[in-house]
Amino acid sequence: MSGHAAEPFAKLPVGPKPPLRRFHQARWDEPIIFEQSRPGQRGIAVPGPGAPAVELPDSVRRAAPPALPEMSQLHVLRHYVRLSQESLGVDLNVDVGQGTCTMKYSPKVNDSFARAVAELHPLQHPDTLQGVLEIYWRLERMLAEVSGMARVSLQPGSGSAAIYANIAMIRAYHAARGDERRDQVITTMFSHPSNAACAKTAGYEVITLMPDADGYPDIEALRAAVGPRTAALLITNPEDTGIFNPRIAEFVELVHQAGGLACYDQANANGILGITRARDAGFDLCHFNLHKTFSTPHACGGPAAGACGVSEALAEFLPGPVVAEEDGRFSLVTPPHSIGKIRPFLGVTPNVVRAYAWIMTLGAEGLRQVAETAALNNNYLMHKVLRIPGASAPWDRRRIEQVRYSWQELSEETGVHSEEIGVRASDFGVHYWTSHHPYLVPEPFTLEPTESYSKEDLDEYAAILAHVASEARTDPELVKGAPYNSPIHKIDPTPLDDPRQWAPTWRAYVRKHLA
Amino acid sequence: MEHRIPATAGTHAGLTVGLVVNPVAGLGGPAGLKGSDGADVQREALARGSVPRAGARAARAVRALIAAAPGVRLVTVAGAMGEDSVRAAGGSPLLTGGAPSAGATSAADTRAAVAAMADADLVLFAGGDGTARDVLDALRPLGADAPAVLGVPAGVKVYSGCFAVSPAAAGLVAAGYTPGAVAEAEVVDLDEELYRNGLVGPRLYGTVRVPADARRLSGRKTGSSATGPGSAEGVAREVVSRMRPGVRYALGPGATTMAVGRELGLATTLLGVDVVEAGPRPRLLGADVTEARLFDLVRGHEALLVLSVIGGQGFVLGRGNQQISPRVLRAVARGGPGRRALVVLATRQKLAGLRGRPLLADTGDPETDLGLAGHVQVITGHHESTVYRIAAASEEYAQ
Repeated sequence: MSGHAAEPFAKLPVGPKPPLRRFHQARWDEPIIFEQSRPGQRGIAVPGPGAPAVELPDSVRRAAPPALPEMSQLHVLRHYVRLSQESLGVDLNVDVGQGTCTMKYSPKVNDSFARAVAELHPLQHPDTLQGVLEIYWRLERMLAEVSGMARVSLQPGSGSAAIYANIAMIRAYHAARGDERRDQVITTMFSHPSNAACAKTAGYEVITLMPDADGYPDIEALRAAVGPRTAALLITNPEDTGIFNPRIAEFVELVHQAGGLACYDQANANGILGITRARDAGFDLCHFNLHKTFSTPHACGGPAAGACGVSEALAEFLPGPVVAEEDGRFSLVTPPHSIGKIRPFLGVTPNVVRAYAWIMTLGAEGLRQVAETAALNNNYLMHKVLRIPGASAPWDRRRIEQVRYSWQELSEETGVHSEEIGVRASDFGVHYWTSHHPYLVPEPFTLEPTESYSKEDLDEYAAILAHVASEARTDPELVKGAPYNSPIHKIDPTPLDDPRQWAPTWRAYVRKHLA
Repeated sequence: MEHRIPATAGTHAGLTVGLVVNPVAGLGGPAGLKGSDGADVQREALARGSVPRAGARAARAVRALIAAAPGVRLVTVAGAMGEDSVRAAGGSPLLTGGAPSAGATSAADTRAAVAAMADADLVLFAGGDGTARDVLDALRPLGADAPAVLGVPAGVKVYSGCFAVSPAAAGLVAAGYTPGAVAEAEVVDLDEELYRNGLVGPRLYGTVRVPADARRLSGRKTGSSATGPGSAEGVAREVVSRMRPGVRYALGPGATTMAVGRELGLATTLLGVDVVEAGPRPRLLGADVTEARLFDLVRGHEALLVLSVIGGQGFVLGRGNQQISPRVLRAVARGGPGRRALVVLATRQKLAGLRGRPLLADTGDPETDLGLAGHVQVITGHHESTVYRIAAASEEYAQ
């Protein structure tokens, strides 16, 4: 292993990037921020309250001040910088191993645009928000063009929140037609589990289709599943295997013939931008994750933004408000039979601005180039990974933007499991995600490089995997004992299954662990 | 005394396959006895109306073998332990020693017959897990020189990994066998007496070398892995929510189907077939029934069969639930496609573990099995199902 630190400066300009980086996460025995609170410390001097414009009713007044930690601004900054160093952060490493969670580079310049909207107040009169509303209106139209859909709402959150908005519209559509008997939703084994989860949460019975011998969703199974109880098909394409279903229009047609709706989960849209469109395949609804496809922060359940696109027939059910334009003036309107408001105010405006900036930077041709580069990067990486002895990918064909690989052969030979290989890879500053459960692909690992990474990045990533695979053969216990370069050696997964130990809030932590 | 095939035996060139049939294998299944070990059990099975079937299943394997490899040399022992099956299949057996002198056969007869076939390329045996253990006992002294083995599924339980998915598949695997192209397969040990009392605890008894043809081998039965607490309860709740008053449900063996009984508040059995009638006050009409009793309970009534999938193998019919015979299936289906009469249960993990292989029906009647072929909804949880293909094990790989 070559090390940066050992390279003499006299050799500058530096040679090729070393194939395996030296990496070690920082280790700070960092207390929780609440534990660092010291009475009287202040980060900023907040102005006094002054005379209130409106007296708040007692029902919404706090009985006691909020239990915020008392710290200086510098200590808050140090705290979060330290935490960020104890991770495999997106700004530190090659994140091609996030699989199905597209982790592309978010240009920092777009943050400056997003910061500008922080000055606005969500309750300002629309007349004073014309610039922001125009961005919303333009982005809605851009996403309508990208998907082929008639209308788009930027109200939903991303991921499951957007899928839930779609299933709510599907329910509203059938209810409006008096068609209450449709209580089944069909999805596929390699679609995102959020589709099944959202449908079930909304009260539907979920029917899953397995892949056929070629890895495509089994169309004969679909024929057996559709019927008068079918409310909708919720499907991801390309699926999480990276395989694009070429018969997707036929799937949609079968569902339409049965009276159901077809909903396209476009969480994997990064490889099809400007190449295929949901509506062109006949879909009635779709969603995008702005945090994935359009380069805004992922946020992991936090302030990520989504977009739902629908056909003209479903426009009246869109969550609101959406933006209307007349004679150059923009206003907020709620569709007549809207499923309602599903996020506070306008949703996550900073991410809407970031996504708008990203699209405007690239233009239509740039979006297509993103997809082509992502697919090229993915297939280049697949070529490299499949040359590693013990690695394979079921269903021998090229993929779109990701691949679900298998270490089955290596695992049978060495007894080392995929999850252990992924953890060992983190000692080199990279890692990967395995797969949704249950593992239909044995000993799985899923890689999605996106367009953000260079050839050198991909070579480095493949070299690290090859190195760890080699270690599994020569010293399996070394791999099984990883990680060695992380602040925490091994994580005990038991508490994850024990709600009595969960501490989603500081109060819960105090009650469960400190009391 | 060890018997060996005479070096000059036969005139066929190429592959030599030894055949050993355990004639009483599978007798206990339709009788609800969960196995056929022991003379008392065999007598009881015959008294309950069971008829021997291992010989006929072996004949189906031999028929497929001869059709695919006409030049094969078939070495077997006299009478019901092989000769009859070869002749029934239209073949010409080469007889060797190790046959029973007369009367009922025993495990010792099986071991002697296998030992006499030590020079064969492959030993084909028809039976269940008990027979597989006897075969392994006979081959163990030979160590690495032992021939490969392959089971023709004919027992009540076929948990070991050395069996083909069906008799016809066994014949085709044997026909395509290239000496040396082998894989390890596990033989499991199961105490039938404990099993009859509802205690399932298969242990590894040993390994044998089988022809390397994973597609046609049934694989070892795997247990249900926990996919989260309550998954069987979720499946059971869904099954019960779909039950219609007045309809009779035959609950097959297994932990998941037993959870259905629990959900109904009825004392159903873990390993037997039980019949319940749904309604405001569900009734247990018969616990651990025989094939004949089951037929009586479903004939002329609206009825459905609730079956769980055997992990790792995919069988829904023909393994451990031989009470559900072709005539029971016909009675339940009442002329419609047979699979409509099936309510199939499995966790998603179990379906994933099949690695794309279909669910299998091996009722012993190829026509019935073919009638079941197609897609079925497998209940995987509360308000959850997966559409999965079911295939006829009997015919799937037959040409």
